[in-house]
Amino acid sequence: MTRHFSAFGVFREGLRGHKGWAPMWRSPAPKLKYDVVIVGGGGHGLATAYYLAKNHGMSRIAVVEKGWLGGGNTGRNTTVIRSNYFYPESTALYDLSVRLYEGLSRDINYNVMFSQRGMMVLSHSESEMEIAARTVNAMKLNGADAELLDARDVQKKAPILNYRDDARYPIHGAIWQGRGGTGRHDAVAWGYARAADRLGVDIIQNCEVTGFLIEGGTCKGVETTQGVIRAGRVGVATAGHSSVLAQMGGYKLPLHSYALQAFVTEAIKPVMDTVAFSPMTGSYFSQSDKGGLVIGGGLDRIPSYAQRGNTPEQENVLSGIIDMAPALAKVKLLRHWAGIVDVSPDSSPLIGPSGTDGIFVNCGWGTGGFKAIPAGGYLFAHLLANGAHHEISRPFDLNRFGTGALIDEAAGSGIAH
Amino acid sequence: MQQFPCPFCGLRDEREFHFSGEAGNIRPDTTQPVSDADWRDYLYTHENPKGVSREIWVHTTCQEYFMMERDTVTMAVIGTQQMRRDTA
Ligand SMILES: Cc1cc2nc3c(=O)[nH]c(=O)nc-3n(C[C@H](O)[C@H](O)[C@H](O)COP(=O)(O)OP(=O)(O)OC[C@H]3O[C@@H](n4cnc5c(N)ncnc54)[C@H](O)[C@@H]3O)c2cc1C
Ligand SMILES: [Zn+2]
Repeated sequence: MTRHFSAFGVFREGLRGHKGWAPMWRSPAPKLKYDVVIVGGGGHGLATAYYLAKNHGMSRIAVVEKGWLGGGNTGRNTTVIRSNYFYPESTALYDLSVRLYEGLSRDINYNVMFSQRGMMVLSHSESEMEIAARTVNAMKLNGADAELLDARDVQKKAPILNYRDDARYPIHGAIWQGRGGTGRHDAVAWGYARAADRLGVDIIQNCEVTGFLIEGGTCKGVETTQGVIRAGRVGVATAGHSSVLAQMGGYKLPLHSYALQAFVTEAIKPVMDTVAFSPMTGSYFSQSDKGGLVIGGGLDRIPSYAQRGNTPEQENVLSGIIDMAPALAKVKLLRHWAGIVDVSPDSSPLIGPSGTDGIFVNCGWGTGGFKAIPAGGYLFAHLLANGAHHEISRPFDLNRFGTGALIDEAAGSGIAH
Repeated sequence: MQQFPCPFCGLRDEREFHFSGEAGNIRPDTTQPVSDADWRDYLYTHENPKGVSREIWVHTTCQEYFMMERDTVTMAVIGTQQMRRDTA
């Protein structure tokens, strides 16, 4: 059986009619008790399980997923990876993630197709250029790579954009992060799942958590559609459904759930080999290896658990793209979908004890947590193993909403995904 | 495009409306000392219900605030209610 993935393995299986591939992970029935149960089989939950096993030597771990792996936002996002944030706390977190992504395919023996094609945030006026310079300086001071591009540099990197004099939003330059790029979202979920499974983690799909087992005020496990599973500690990484779990667990979160939409066009010849985001229109796009343009933008305006998008925001996003690159106006959409994202007041994630003993949360990633999957998993594993924060996750504790020490990235870096 | 019913203007395009918050989130009484936890709950904590939700909305074109009950999964509007005491 071919267990270790390699170029040689692909070649050998090619000769043998691809009969030797084994399932990538087991489908075990849940045991009665684990040291850690993780709720949510998205990227964050699976990465957490992997790092618990790998970095903390734990083996009695389960990931409980109500649907299929990556069926939440991890399999629905536009795959942009970057660390171009403003505050030192954010750069420490997101740049850890970029660094882990840089070594991930090798680490988990699974090609996550991290393509460091660079990411640009456009500036459309002189004053925006000043703010861009400030962001570039902040990023460099905080240890991330950053460069300020002028209009000519931008045109060299992305000739498809709109450089006409009469452009509604003329391009003056951009914030460039060359280490940013895109990855393959499914591969991140599947790769972590496979690597965790090989370290003994039980991955239990089609198993919905319906309640928490609370004894004497402390959480001792979860109630699921496949029975009660006891646990030493429970980690919840359920993105847009975090408030639903909070209600079951008796803790409170500062989240609203919104639909976030994405679009893919028919495949066209290569026209774009980087990622471009215009804060003015809120839209961004890249081009996948298959040739489709991958398009994203802002949130729908109405809090929602309906996993579908709404027309006003579709219009916003797509008209923004046409503004950025009028040549694309006639390209046809192939697919369009939405995910339910968990938006926090300061656009920064929530990592820490939930408020109910024994339950820990990793959520609030909102529109931008794909890039953070390796770091989110790494830090959440540290928290679940030790019961205490890693230095990098401490500022993201829920207590910041009481102390007022918010990490307001929405204002700081004009973020999108 | 969804339409929402303003209690004053009737059915209008969803883009004319703005979600202002969950109903029942009462500002702490500032004539008494207010704890950090109370401010946190008032300013940041949300129920964020999946299913029936009671919310305060504003119809930006007529500037009236009103209560709307809706289902956050089906997006159906269950009902609206005006908030003026004198007309209630
Ligand atoms: C359209 C779109 C575009 C995006 N673009 C980007 C981008 O370009 N870059 C970026 O960095 N981020 C992006 N994001 C955000 C990113 O996708 C998310 O932040 C990230 O995937 C969150 O990962 P997660 O593992 O926390 O959540 P998810 O992948 O959503 O996983 C949570 C899992 O929990 C499960 N679950 C929920 N309730 C229960 C229960 N009761 N019992 C058991 N399981 C349960 C769900 O089924 C789900 O599989 C985008 C999101 C969307 C929707
Ligand atoms: Zn009105």
